[in-house]
Amino acid sequence: MEISNNKLLRFTTAGSVDDGKSTLIGRLLYDSKSIFEDQIEQVEKTSKRKGHEGVDLALFTDGLRDEREQGITIDVAYRYFTTPNRKFIIADTPGHIQYTRNMVTGASTANAAIVLVDARHGMVEQTKRHIFIAHLLGIPHILICINKMDLVDYSEDRFYEVAAEIKQFITAIGIESGQFIPISALEGDNVVNKTKAMPWYTGDPLLSVLEHIEPDTVDHDLGLRFPVQTALRPQSGTFRDFRGYAGRVEGNEIHVGDEVMVLPGGQLSTISAIDKMGTSVSTAGIGESVVVCIADDIDVARGNMLVSKHNAPRVGNAVRALFCWMDEQPMRPNTKYIVRQCSDEALGIIKGIGYRLDINTLEKLEGAQTVAMNDIFEAEIRFNKPVFTDPYKRNRVTGSFVLIDPGTNRTVAAAMVQ
Amino acid sequence: MNYLDELESEAVYVLREVYAQFDNPVILFSGGKDSIVVTHLAKKAFYPSRIPFPLLHIDTGHNFPETIAFRNDLASGLGCKLLVGSVQESIDKGRVVEEQGKLATRNALQTTTLLDTLEELRIDCAIGGGRRDEEKARAKERFFSHRDDFGQWDPKNQRPELWNVFNGRHFEGEHFRVFPISNWTEMDVWNYIKRENIAIPSLYYAHEREVVWRNGSWIPNSEYLVLDGNERIERKKVRFRTLGDITITGGILSEADTLEKIVDEVSVMKETERGNRADDKRSETAMEDRKRQGYF
Repeated sequence: MEISNNKLLRFTTAGSVDDGKSTLIGRLLYDSKSIFEDQIEQVEKTSKRKGHEGVDLALFTDGLRDEREQGITIDVAYRYFTTPNRKFIIADTPGHIQYTRNMVTGASTANAAIVLVDARHGMVEQTKRHIFIAHLLGIPHILICINKMDLVDYSEDRFYEVAAEIKQFITAIGIESGQFIPISALEGDNVVNKTKAMPWYTGDPLLSVLEHIEPDTVDHDLGLRFPVQTALRPQSGTFRDFRGYAGRVEGNEIHVGDEVMVLPGGQLSTISAIDKMGTSVSTAGIGESVVVCIADDIDVARGNMLVSKHNAPRVGNAVRALFCWMDEQPMRPNTKYIVRQCSDEALGIIKGIGYRLDINTLEKLEGAQTVAMNDIFEAEIRFNKPVFTDPYKRNRVTGSFVLIDPGTNRTVAAAMVQ
Repeated sequence: MNYLDELESEAVYVLREVYAQFDNPVILFSGGKDSIVVTHLAKKAFYPSRIPFPLLHIDTGHNFPETIAFRNDLASGLGCKLLVGSVQESIDKGRVVEEQGKLATRNALQTTTLLDTLEELRIDCAIGGGRRDEEKARAKERFFSHRDDFGQWDPKNQRPELWNVFNGRHFEGEHFRVFPISNWTEMDVWNYIKRENIAIPSLYYAHEREVVWRNGSWIPNSEYLVLDGNERIERKKVRFRTLGDITITGGILSEADTLEKIVDEVSVMKETERGNRADDKRSETAMEDRKRQGYF
């Protein structure tokens, strides 16, 4: 099967226990014929055993034993489906406040977010939280699905009432565009197929909106950013003198002949060759894994970054960032955590928490001394060596990093540079 | 870039992270299409250098002979070291006890052999061809998946994985499983094999062979097969969607004898590829339970 729209779309779904998120995903998979017959049979059997009427669509998405038993989603699960127009990757995340970190994880790679709202209840605290996290993680497209329209008699008035309330909120936090779709995941209205039950809605059903979204909203002057993963030196045969740097293009398109500056040293050189997995090419665009050779004999290693001289990242021993604490052990003050940013590693100490965010009211609480799992806070972090960063708003790769606890090796925090 | 290029770039990025973050990684090589694709990606990731990882095969002893021949040719062609962990040896040493009865398989025994081999060779990262679309327990698997010093997976205590930052830090005795093609589906794998014209064992193409109808699929005749009273050997044109232990890997009736025909066939397939694997049919959480203990 050929897929006509060639770019894949990664989207995240956030929702609380009862707003029909699993049903929606089940519906997308089921109606787009992405579920195999043996999977349907298995879910039919389980539905019957649990005494549900018909097929419980939500069961398609519950993975681990505990989740199936409790009927909730506790971790990020990834789902895949394909239509003739596009390949999709869904990061399915739980909506509860104690799973904020999972929402953040799912949102970190998404190009679109689906936020589900129960038409009967309108905007609730969870709705705000989901929209806020999607915005915080820089997801370019936010789609608000007002679900369970069947339970409010497919009322146009109710839809616009809920939409207006949410619109006010998203404008207030600085989101420029949000799209609203009235759906019923249970009945299948406006999910894959356009419904006859809401003739007043003139827009497209959810799936066709997803099929036509432009995944990246690339700021075209990101500058050249090429974090070096590893140096390749085959030292044999025809490649005896070959020395290339493997990495992925994380900024502007690169070309043979481009001038580059090597960080941290600041030496200048030019790109002499680009090799794309065995093929010599003259350019490579954002997201492409390639090998870059430079004209001068400069010692370049993992953790270094090739950048443009006139549009370089910030190089500094401290940044202010928004953090999400992810570990069960609360943050320990004055602890040196391992910072992993692109291919580089440093040590970092969090100094001076600016504020902690109340994720329900979105109030900035100043004077916080401690932070624990699922807390989102703003703070300064000081590094033991210069680190090369961009503001997260400009570049989600060079603007993000994680903290690792050297005592446990666990990833304890995610950070977005301000 | 189209979606296959995006998946390829992502997998190459992951393989390069493995090389940079671990001391002694291997590619778990089963001879199946997914591990063949991972090996192909590794070749591309490090070109013009050689693949910097040996291939490790956990050999149940119950193989399709074609798989073994293919494995040997591929490793020597790439100049890769081939390591073999033998389930038969684990049985001989008394590390595991062979299952009994008609439905006995060596599938579960592989876990012990795998963990013993990783420990013996001090391997700190085993790269696998697992995909998240294969099975529901795999849907929550990370790219970099931590294993404690008993080789166990704790699905409820996984490290968060954000953006493209992978944390492979580990203590002595622990290891990682890394899955570069996590985000690929069966269809993506086939489309990629077709695009790149990657050689795969002949078993994937439709061919005539002796089979027996058991549990809803065509099990190949082999010296290990124990027939039930009413079962009988037939000759059918079949192909295999996955390759595992010869005693449990069922074939499907098919006429698809070219890559084009296979891709067409897979795109209209109504059952999951693991639907023909007896090892997944044992219970609803069979895969999760095996994975927790250290299975692939």
